[in-house]
Amino acid sequence: MELSLRRSTLARQRRRDLADWLRSLPYLAPSLIAFAIFVFIPLIRSVILSLYGTNPIGQMTTFVGLKYYRRLLTSPVYHNSLVVTLKFVLYTVPGVLIVSLILATLGNLRLKGISIYRIAFALTISISGATAALLFMFLYHPVIGVFNYLLSLVGISPIAWLIDTKWALFAVAVPRIWLQSGFATVVLLAGMQGISDELYEAARIDGAGFWQSWRHITFPLITPSLFFLLVVTTLSAFQTFTEVNVLTHGGPIDSTQVVVHEIYRNFYFNGQYGYASAQALVLFVIIMVLTIIQFGVIEKRVYYA
Amino acid sequence: MKDFTRVRRGAGKLVLYLMLTMAAIVMVFPLYTGVVTSFLGAENLSTYPPKVFPVELRWQNYVEATRQAPLLRFILNSFIQSSGVMISQLVFASLAAYAFAFLHFRGKQIVFLVFLSTMMIPWESTIIPNYLFIQRIGWDDTYMGLISPFMATAFGTFLLRQFFLNLPKDLHDAAIIDGCSNLRYLLTIVLPLSRPALGTLAVYSFLQTYNQYLWPLLITNQTNMRTVQIGIQMLQVFERESWQVVMAGVVTVMIPTLVLFIVANRQLIRGLTAGALKG
Repeated sequence: MELSLRRSTLARQRRRDLADWLRSLPYLAPSLIAFAIFVFIPLIRSVILSLYGTNPIGQMTTFVGLKYYRRLLTSPVYHNSLVVTLKFVLYTVPGVLIVSLILATLGNLRLKGISIYRIAFALTISISGATAALLFMFLYHPVIGVFNYLLSLVGISPIAWLIDTKWALFAVAVPRIWLQSGFATVVLLAGMQGISDELYEAARIDGAGFWQSWRHITFPLITPSLFFLLVVTTLSAFQTFTEVNVLTHGGPIDSTQVVVHEIYRNFYFNGQYGYASAQALVLFVIIMVLTIIQFGVIEKRVYYA
Repeated sequence: MKDFTRVRRGAGKLVLYLMLTMAAIVMVFPLYTGVVTSFLGAENLSTYPPKVFPVELRWQNYVEATRQAPLLRFILNSFIQSSGVMISQLVFASLAAYAFAFLHFRGKQIVFLVFLSTMMIPWESTIIPNYLFIQRIGWDDTYMGLISPFMATAFGTFLLRQFFLNLPKDLHDAAIIDGCSNLRYLLTIVLPLSRPALGTLAVYSFLQTYNQYLWPLLITNQTNMRTVQIGIQMLQVFERESWQVVMAGVVTVMIPTLVLFIVANRQLIRGLTAGALKG
């Protein structure tokens, strides 16, 4: 008796679940199908592709096992691209954070006309990587470029920004810092404006000056925003492609050959789909690990209001 | 009380304005020189020192830029791609967000995690199979090829879901009991009330797509299917030393996004900071 009752409620429960699902599925299906086709299946196909040799149009021909992964371990070209990417991260991430901290601090001042300055600081959020790179390419021009002109004013001889292996990566990083600073400033300003005036007032009564208030109130309270920016700028630096493709194509002598550009060259020009897939999956793992580390280690020290 | 950060002394104020202005100049400078250069004649461009102030207004550079490369066609292509992505993201995300916010079904959390995981997978790690797939089904050099991989958006779904959750839940229950279908409730109640969130997603997805680079570079080969970010480089390749023409082209393709930035500044900033607010 009791058993059949339970069975019937279970059956009813199951019917209700099914009805719920049938009602919800039309709403979820478009996204789920699109994700399946363009995210999940490709990810699996990437793994399979990385184990196979391919013909020139990317069809898998022979199983090669972990050959490409072994090759990654020993390839100096690939190692170089990792080092270049890491350097690019080290140029751009601190660059963006420092510039945007300065801009946001200035933009947070309560002065007449401040909104115009805020717009100027945020302007780059509408600009693309490709057009930014072209704007800077002109500024880098060895003869008519403004940068070398400014250097000449302080007596420094011209620099071949995009041709000199010592400078090229830096030159590729600058437009990226410029572009992302706009976005980062917007994020930090939003964080700063969420801080209550009472805190500042209390600090002022205690005799704190501007710098002390900034150091002990503003900075700790925007650490969540800074943390978010740290994650976002690091991940996007690892995925850099556009600026490199427009400004240097990875050159001179691979000094700006970042990982994604290396992947692009391998599959798009050299037709090495399997090898490039292995590289793309290593990038995937690097990004995953970094995200986990950043969330695990740094977030503990972040102050959440 | 409120004005701790307000500076009262005149001299201090002046210094702050000076710092603000210098910072603004640095941020605007690359764009500013691009605009100035786009109006220069070739003879003014090659003189030293570089012209930093507008000395002439040569509109012919813009005519020349559109003559050397089909810039208007590129802009049209980018508009079609961006509008297509925008509209489908609005539709797909509204539907999914409605299910997450208003419907009950088992395993909601698992489906939620599936959506979330798509934000963790870098686009580059799936791009080779996607490229081969689009090639195989013959969608290279088509708008479908440009649009289809970006139709679903986890970010947009979460953005709308968050907004939907703040709408009164009682209203939904009452409407359903009164025999209003879910689809009609979504269309006649939820969406009209959610205009701010929809606007944010619309502006954000349009801008992101318009500024896309790697995907259109891979799947467009014919000149007349190129999008602006790729096509603009035709000028640079053909006319390496005609920087005034290159800059005229750069300014032309930037106009839509700059206009968007000016008229939809608030939506754009809300979209960009939405990720940050989650912490």
